[in-house]
Amino acid sequence: MLERIFALLVKEFLQMKRDRTARFRLLVPPILQLIIFGYAATFEVFGVSTVVLDQDHSQESRQLLACFTSSGRFQVAQVADSRREVRHALDVGAATLALVIQPGFAQLLQKGQSAPLQVLVDGTNSNTALIALGYVGQIASGYAQDYASTLAQRRGLMQQQAPPQITLEQRYWYNENLNSRWFFVPGVVATLTMFMVVNLTSFAIVREREVGTLEQIMVTPVRPLEFILGKTVPFFLIGFTEVALITAVALLWFQVPFRGSPLTMVLGASLFLLSALGLGILVSTICRTQQQAFATNFFVLNPLFTLSGFAFPISSMPQALQWVTLIDPLRYFLIVVRGSFLKGIGVSYLWPQLAAMAAIGVVLLGLSALRLQKSID
Amino acid sequence: MNVRRILAIARKELIQVRRDPRSLAIALLLPLMQMFLLGYGISLDITNIPTCVYDQEASQHSQALLARFKASRYFGIVKSVWDYGALRRALDAGDCQLGIVVPWNFSLRLSTDGKSSVQALVDATNDNTATLAAGYAQSVVSAYAADDLELRFTGTGRRLGAPQPLAVDSRVWFNEDLASRDFIIPGLVAMIMALVGALLTSLTLSREWERGTMELLISTPVTSMELMIGKLLPYFAIGMADAAFCVALAVGWFGVPFRGQLVTLFLTTLLFLAVVLGIGYAISAAIRSQIGASQVALLLTMLPTAMLSGFSFPIDQMPAVIRAITYVVYSRYYVTIVKAVFLKGSGLAQLALPIAGLLIYAVVITFVAARAFRKSLG
Repeated sequence: MLERIFALLVKEFLQMKRDRTARFRLLVPPILQLIIFGYAATFEVFGVSTVVLDQDHSQESRQLLACFTSSGRFQVAQVADSRREVRHALDVGAATLALVIQPGFAQLLQKGQSAPLQVLVDGTNSNTALIALGYVGQIASGYAQDYASTLAQRRGLMQQQAPPQITLEQRYWYNENLNSRWFFVPGVVATLTMFMVVNLTSFAIVREREVGTLEQIMVTPVRPLEFILGKTVPFFLIGFTEVALITAVALLWFQVPFRGSPLTMVLGASLFLLSALGLGILVSTICRTQQQAFATNFFVLNPLFTLSGFAFPISSMPQALQWVTLIDPLRYFLIVVRGSFLKGIGVSYLWPQLAAMAAIGVVLLGLSALRLQKSID
Repeated sequence: MNVRRILAIARKELIQVRRDPRSLAIALLLPLMQMFLLGYGISLDITNIPTCVYDQEASQHSQALLARFKASRYFGIVKSVWDYGALRRALDAGDCQLGIVVPWNFSLRLSTDGKSSVQALVDATNDNTATLAAGYAQSVVSAYAADDLELRFTGTGRRLGAPQPLAVDSRVWFNEDLASRDFIIPGLVAMIMALVGALLTSLTLSREWERGTMELLISTPVTSMELMIGKLLPYFAIGMADAAFCVALAVGWFGVPFRGQLVTLFLTTLLFLAVVLGIGYAISAAIRSQIGASQVALLLTMLPTAMLSGFSFPIDQMPAVIRAITYVVYSRYYVTIVKAVFLKGSGLAQLALPIAGLLIYAVVITFVAARAFRKSLG
């Protein structure tokens, strides 16, 4: 039996070596995705293009504006002379944020009254706008506190007249510098493995059927179970190699820390691959041509990817969709991968995810093996 | 150029699409699925951040502060813990994403120094939600400091402090509620059209090659220009119908405001379709197997449109090299246009720059597509 399985393995790898599109599929998407997710996927907010309208021209107004530019969060793209220019800059998208200081700003400040700083923000990208507004608030209140204390000193007032202050000390755990790359690159390990393994598996079996070699195999002494093993083991190995390679790139090139235990990753990857292989075989039993397999994969993998929490938090989805995510194996693998990379947690925390993946994997693989066996018999 | 021949080709293509269940699924099912899946699945708004509280002081003031967190729709208190170990475990296990710690001397420091602090421990695995969560926590704490405290301490003999010297008056334009759905969904129109257009047309020529009908076509008097126009005409119709469907869903179902003019959207959409169909056609001419052509089409539309067009990730935050690449991503121009037409109500004049980009692209692609096929005739 082992001999026959081994023979199938050799055949499978030979076929892959000769197949140009398979090599293309193995190499190009991982490289492209790693580059794009490593460099382009970021929700961080730096250097927001800002249009400034300073109608006060005072030392105070200039100081305040300097606080904004020196923070690195805002970058003056344009200095406007009128409100119309401000409006135009936002309309055509030349600036995302506008800071308007009206005449009399410094006077109000010096009198100890509340001076207005007008902020207009282009909310088209709601996320950037929200974060930018947060920084505006921080910078403005920092300036206000400094100004209040110097004013109080100058006037010799007692400190107790200052308004009560409560500071929020923020500690960011697991991703201390709020680096988007640390969030996305480990995620690519999981998503790429899924795309790769499901595609390769389903295409390999469907191709046998298309070319007619499936019938040839049926007349050999290979038994259905051996055939399934011969078809899955190579892709299991490829999936594993993929996980290892992308992990290596994440560690060495993108410098993402790996704080957990490699064993947890290996366990998680093995359980996840069960689901991916099961899915691939299942698709192949439904489809007769590679064309159909391509379309089916698209309609299956796309939802799995979107609902996995890879980029968009599951907790923000409508409740009904959140329930659907519970049957998405990628969801669990992402938690395991990010937990291993960033949080450094092990099986004692991740067992629910591992158990869920095992359950989904066994169901998918069992179902697909049954269907495949039927279609071979 | 013979109109009759073009129409004949177009009719033949339309019949072929109608008979191909796969093409039909792409034309009809894909827009529907993507609109609902991504329309609901992609949201950046966060509410009910699972929060753990550790109230070391357990005084009236600390409770009043935590009540504010409870009342805020951004936070959902899932747990109260009594030591740091439990807090760490809750964050580790992912039971909560935020831990609020009120120190034991919180009110004491407030009454003696007029200053105090609260600690926020944020699970920053997802840096974006972490930034937003910290921002919301900051505003809850500031609001508490401004309203509650002044009142409370005035009552116990302290003088009311001076007013905050700087009043930030912020206004959000174009997407007043900062709803991420209004930001994502207009971009979906671009994404769906790129996918449908390129996937469908990538099959047109490769199908003829695969089925061996290409020789037949070549032997007819149809010129390669007529063939291209005739083949793409049905897809123009399908693409425009899909676009209309997506826009109708966006406005009617998802309630995204549409502030611009339909004419602007119509004209720019035609232009974008020309680009997308041209790309699909060129792929189809270059790759003679349907499966290879559709894979390349998927790779060339999905990834760039999702990642490099400004659809969800802001282009101005990308490194310079990637930013330079985005100028080659055709959907970048259309995503800018759709979002501006929907939310800003921009007209043709304000969108001159991205429209010019699309126009150049359309001309180049048409040229490339027309040439790509003539070559393979030989």
